[in-house]
Amino acid sequence: MTEVTLTVNGKAVKRDVPDTMLLVEFLREELRLTGTHVGCDTSQCGACVVHLDGKAVKSCTTLAAQASGGTVITIEGLANGALHPMQKAFNDNHGLQCGFCTPGMIMSGVDMVARYKAAGKELTEHAIREELEGNICRCTGYHNIVKSIQQAAGEM
Amino acid sequence: MYPTKYHRPASLAEALQLLADNEDAKLLAGGQTLLPTMKQHLAAPEAVIDLSASGLSGISNGGTMVTIGAMTTHAEVAASADIAAIVPVLNSVASGIGDPAVRHRGTIGGSISNNDPSADYPAALVGLDARIVTNKRELAADEFFDGMFATALEEDEIVTQVRVVQPKRAAYVKFPNPASRYAMVGVMVAETASGIRVAVTGAGEDGVFRHEGLEAALSADFSPGAVDGVEVEADGLLTDMHATAEYRAHLVKVMAKRAVAAC
Ligand SMILES: Cc1cc2nc3c(=O)[nH]c(=O)nc-3n(C[C@H](O)[C@H](O)[C@H](O)COP(=O)(O)OP(=O)(O)OC[C@H]3O[C@@H](n4cnc5c(N)ncnc54)[C@H](O)[C@@H]3O)c2cc1C
Ligand code: FES
Ligand code: FES
Repeated sequence: MTEVTLTVNGKAVKRDVPDTMLLVEFLREELRLTGTHVGCDTSQCGACVVHLDGKAVKSCTTLAAQASGGTVITIEGLANGALHPMQKAFNDNHGLQCGFCTPGMIMSGVDMVARYKAAGKELTEHAIREELEGNICRCTGYHNIVKSIQQAAGEM
Repeated sequence: MYPTKYHRPASLAEALQLLADNEDAKLLAGGQTLLPTMKQHLAAPEAVIDLSASGLSGISNGGTMVTIGAMTTHAEVAASADIAAIVPVLNSVASGIGDPAVRHRGTIGGSISNNDPSADYPAALVGLDARIVTNKRELAADEFFDGMFATALEEDEIVTQVRVVQPKRAAYVKFPNPASRYAMVGVMVAETASGIRVAVTGAGEDGVFRHEGLEAALSADFSPGAVDGVEVEADGLLTDMHATAEYRAHLVKVMAKRAVAAC
């Protein structure tokens, strides 16, 4: 067992968990934050993307112990009273169908907008498609996801 | 995942001590290869030694040489202004690895120590005639990579740095597998102090290799057209569900041409 200390969505948490526990298991099973999904569990689909110390990571490919000492934001931590502009944009543009990939899409979307802003680069439609390399959606065909991220990029 | 003991040493010395004390331990860098492998029960180390707090990350600008710490992530290499000033081709190699989340955690040290036959860094570093520094010694990339998933690393050896001297010109072009983004074939063409070098990943049965025919042809005439006259044999190239050896041989020439054109 290993002690994991994290700040998750602004709250300090501490748990004694198996050394093999993945960050996604920690979030879903220990904290009951079930908004973060497991699609593939083989590091391909991006349904499990959360922000660890400000960066998008696959929580199915990170040990909770590796994250210990860090700060995690999950889909549950984005809305601050009102929906986050990225959440609102997915709603406005019909950026989801079944919704399974959506938490990961939104966390990746927020991450890419922030990175491009910080680097002073324009997040073009083409760039959004490239940036979504690690997020798989079986329903939408991506067009409305790309539109949603474009809208949010203008508002964030 | 089979049970394991997680360690996060606070220095390289402590990491080496843990490695010495735990016979069946594995080093953990970004975990983007090791953790999926452990989840599939293809690896079951008794202990994992997380190098993230061992002071092995960072990029330093030595004017005409850049030194990259083993724990530097692909995202950090991709975004580095120091690398852009000295070996901009490495920015583009790193930015083409996997996807943003993989690049946020995957590291240069982990990638080269793993030496996946389809990984990008092995070809990049062999092509650039890079030096790999460990806790014990310094090796040329040519000596470091040693066949599929194999390196010259000994059990008690940790990669600490990669050093790259500014090339006269260089370009890397890969034909990514549409699903994984790993290279079906990736070719690095570089003009370095030791001459023209052409390194190929994704294609060889023994992992990364240099192509002498292409190097000779490009040394005589550095132009995309010079690639046409070179025979790339399918012998010794990989055949798998993604492509035949013949197709890979063809791709080596096409990627080499594109890389020369981009130099
Ligand atoms: C979805 C996905 C797509 C990917 N696409 C690509 C791609 O397009 N191109 C590509 O090249 N790679 C790709 N990768 C692999 C990725 O680049 C990995 O980050 C990399 O192969 C391993 O680096 P890591 O830091 O995650 O190492 P880890 O997984 O932590 O370690 C890998 C191995 O190296 C050993 N090791 C780690 N650090 C050291 C060290 N300093 N000294 C000695 N041994 C060490 C470990 O013990 C382990 O055996 C992809 C991975 C995923 C999950
Ligand atoms: S569940 Fe993590 S990438 Fe698919
Ligand atoms: S909305 Fe169903 S997987 Fe994306």
